[in-house]
Amino acid sequence: MANRTITFEPDDRWNAFITCCSRAPCGDGALAGIPVAVKDNISTRGIPTTCGSRILDGYVPPFDAHVVELLKASGAAIVGKTNMDEFGMGTTTETSAFGPTKNPCDPDRVPGGSSGGSAAAVAAGLVRMALGTDTGGSIRCPAAFCGIVGLKPTYARISRYGLIAYANSLEQIGPMARTVEEVSRLMAVISRYDPRDSTSIRRPYIHQPTTDIAGLRIGMPVEYFGEGVDPRVADTVRKAVGRLEDLGAEVEECSIPSMAYALAAYYVICTSEASSNLARFDGVRYGPAADTRKAWHDAFSEIRWKGFGREVRRRIMLGTFALSAGYYGKYYAKAQAARHNIIRDFERIFSSVDLIAGPTMPTVAFRLGEKTDPLSMYLSDILTVPANLAGVPAISVPCGTVDGLPVGLQLMGRRFEDELVVNAAAAYEERGAA
Amino acid sequence: MNVIIGLEIHCQLSTETKLFCGCSTDYRNDEPNTHVCPVCLGLPGALPRINRKAVEYGLRVAKALEMEVLEESEFARKNYFYPDLPKGFQITQYDRPLAVAGTLEIEDDEGHAKSVRITRIHMEEDPGRLVHMGGGDRARYSLVDYNRSGIPLIEIVTEPDLRSPQEARRFLNKLRTMLEYLGVFDGDREGALRVDANISLEGHERAEVKNISSYKGVEKALTFEITRQRNLVRRGQRIARETRHFQEARGITTSSRSKEEEHDYRYFTEPDLRPLRVRDWLEAIELPELPVARRNRFMAEYGISLNHARTLTGDLRLADFYEQVAAVDPALAATWVADTLLGELNYRSMGIGSVPPDRFAGLLRLIRDDAITDRGAVDVLRIMLDQCSRGEACETPAEIVRRQNLGKVTDDDFSAVVRRVLAAHPQAVEDYLSGKKGALNFLVGQAMKETRGRADPKAITRIMVECIGSEGGF
Amino acid sequence: MVSERDIEHIARLADIGITRDEVAEFTPQFNAILDYFDILDQVEGGEPPAPDAINVWREDEVLPSLTQDEVLGNAGASEDGFVKAPRVM
Repeated sequence: MANRTITFEPDDRWNAFITCCSRAPCGDGALAGIPVAVKDNISTRGIPTTCGSRILDGYVPPFDAHVVELLKASGAAIVGKTNMDEFGMGTTTETSAFGPTKNPCDPDRVPGGSSGGSAAAVAAGLVRMALGTDTGGSIRCPAAFCGIVGLKPTYARISRYGLIAYANSLEQIGPMARTVEEVSRLMAVISRYDPRDSTSIRRPYIHQPTTDIAGLRIGMPVEYFGEGVDPRVADTVRKAVGRLEDLGAEVEECSIPSMAYALAAYYVICTSEASSNLARFDGVRYGPAADTRKAWHDAFSEIRWKGFGREVRRRIMLGTFALSAGYYGKYYAKAQAARHNIIRDFERIFSSVDLIAGPTMPTVAFRLGEKTDPLSMYLSDILTVPANLAGVPAISVPCGTVDGLPVGLQLMGRRFEDELVVNAAAAYEERGAA
Repeated sequence: MNVIIGLEIHCQLSTETKLFCGCSTDYRNDEPNTHVCPVCLGLPGALPRINRKAVEYGLRVAKALEMEVLEESEFARKNYFYPDLPKGFQITQYDRPLAVAGTLEIEDDEGHAKSVRITRIHMEEDPGRLVHMGGGDRARYSLVDYNRSGIPLIEIVTEPDLRSPQEARRFLNKLRTMLEYLGVFDGDREGALRVDANISLEGHERAEVKNISSYKGVEKALTFEITRQRNLVRRGQRIARETRHFQEARGITTSSRSKEEEHDYRYFTEPDLRPLRVRDWLEAIELPELPVARRNRFMAEYGISLNHARTLTGDLRLADFYEQVAAVDPALAATWVADTLLGELNYRSMGIGSVPPDRFAGLLRLIRDDAITDRGAVDVLRIMLDQCSRGEACETPAEIVRRQNLGKVTDDDFSAVVRRVLAAHPQAVEDYLSGKKGALNFLVGQAMKETRGRADPKAITRIMVECIGSEGGF
Repeated sequence: MVSERDIEHIARLADIGITRDEVAEFTPQFNAILDYFDILDQVEGGEPPAPDAINVWREDEVLPSLTQDEVLGNAGASEDGFVKAPRVM
């Protein structure tokens, strides 16, 4: 446990942090004295936790998230809370109420999102490691855009206790760092079973990455290299997979037909869950106070209008609509059926290959302010959401550049085979790159 | 016009902790907001965990009501916004409840046996408690206590099988007794049972009356509602399908035109919880002796009447109390508990729980051993109950008898009294001797007055007749 | 197709404030998104897979609660140990 403090006063010109802890306690253990940044949707006792939203102004959690307890127990120094799209709802970190984060690779570009602050803090060298959360790509996208490594663990492997929910059935907390080795170290610390999360499963990650991938079977889904994917990004990733082949992996083409409706299913499910999760922010128990001179519904809708940004309100409304009487069958029920088909597609593919490889994002990082239309923003998540729908582990590891901007190689594995995903990423990083 | 009534009954389950967190359910004597944690306060990031005991209690109810337990059931979110609902949704069960299709037998208004069908039972969490501040028609603001938030409830939904407010009350009494016998419910706790009633006249729309929080309230609310609906029909007006609130204090129902009227709860499966598969527990659940079985046993084992047995088993604690004191003399105990003690308790609004059984048994022994008259015993009982209700240590009946000089007067004492009375009323004695038997009653009454009721009237009569006869009017 | 009136209705259902400008902005955006969601009409089958885990619960054992100060510490307003909220009637 904590027995000393470290000083943390970074030059945060990228706006990676919402809160910095200038004197951060740390102690002994697996991460003794290592500065770790935590995404601001993960509860930290005594440290404001905002989710990048005005609606949580002034909220100080009276408890630590399970992963934060584990970080503290491993001696890590929690040096700050990182910027993010409001409640995780975005692909660029531009929807944050605290202003956008800039990409350390090119300050005119977005860092990706929603864990853009965590990615930028790592990429800029402000911290060695960071925690992000990934609901539909929110760890992998910024990892790809900022040129670092990010792992979305198997659903149920990391306790969500203390993670402020956006879409419970999809999201996981995960590690981000500059190397696969460091990602693996952080993963080992946070993957301890926690009975407080009824969906978590006791499968601790106790693993030292190895780079021998001879005989590993890798599938390349045609959907990950086709329409909507920047051909230069597709080429870069194809070459990276080629390097894995050089290292002894067997590569074959495959297809995920349910990709056709994966994105639609994802957005119906995440907005539906969000519409319910975000109802608790009513200005009564925490956050900016509701006006108690008004009638309840007036005060409630006013606090939500003032406290939530447009994208959040748009998604709450979409989810409300998708669950409403008369539309539940057309949207929510169909999205669940689609999700089941996606799970089966993955099971089928994983009966003949060990990993699925493709680009993390269809393009490199956008310019700040470039994407204004919600649907076109949503469409950029097409390659990351399938892993969330299927609950499988997925990593993004840097695999080259296009126009000088980083490209991420995404590797997905069977559920609870995060170790294999990490091994393949480590193999690429150590022996494949360059 | 037939009356059609269906009930939705919410009962708080008497677990030690809340449905989804480890906060204690024993909050009634504590400060507001002292039995809450991140989970039941709906703090962001907190996650629910199912209380296994609550599920087991639900299954006990399912078994007692002979229900079909679903192979797989699940929790769902019911989305609506209210300040006493900390998450902005209630975790409940929707299309896959714990159990469906049961029955409970009651007596109809003619005294015939009748089966009431139970549609389903499901588990859910109680919201917090709201206090409306400021007077007049409209409150100025509300105050919220979240101690109740997350208390486990079981909701029992009936088919529209009830035909009168009296039937509804009998159903509720029977259900409550059964739940208490099952050890899953404590009806003495304030607000532990709340009822919503659907009520219609055959061929007309139905109204849902919400917010009935007492047993008496159910009969009152339904009676009012039937009259209201009948009057509308008589005047040729249409009955609106609507939600109405029962105003307990005024004994009326009023239409609620609030926004929650747009019922669109947007249910979906609670993603933070896993499904339940508990059907195979059912076999292992051993039901305790239920009211009807206990009633029959009381008649067989203690030789008491159906009426006494029914009264005594109508309440779990009363039945337990009776069994603690029955050994003195089962028949005497039945009479004194069912006829005398209950009346005295009701008069004082006391529960059986506040009467020490050993003290009551002592009183029964005094009666049995003829050491005290019935009248004296009632006096002793009243003194005991007054002491109990004041929270004082209750004296033993023997102590009270001694202190108050309530002991039975002996025959020797009687003779003296009788002689005095006869001497004081020669005319009455004359009348009696000349055949006016009513004069004896007068004389006995005078003697009773002198003994302040401590004498047994039968003994007085006997002695008096002896006196008059032997001394020929002295 | 959803109309501006539909958008206003959804905002009411969600109990979330919306301005005239936002109604005008959200309406075409919703139409584009909902058009895209129409692809879900093609989904067939989709039997749910077996759950990962069943009967996940805790025993009925009392755990510590927060203190009243901790509960009220984040609330905007409180009175006599209660949390203050807008009127509901």
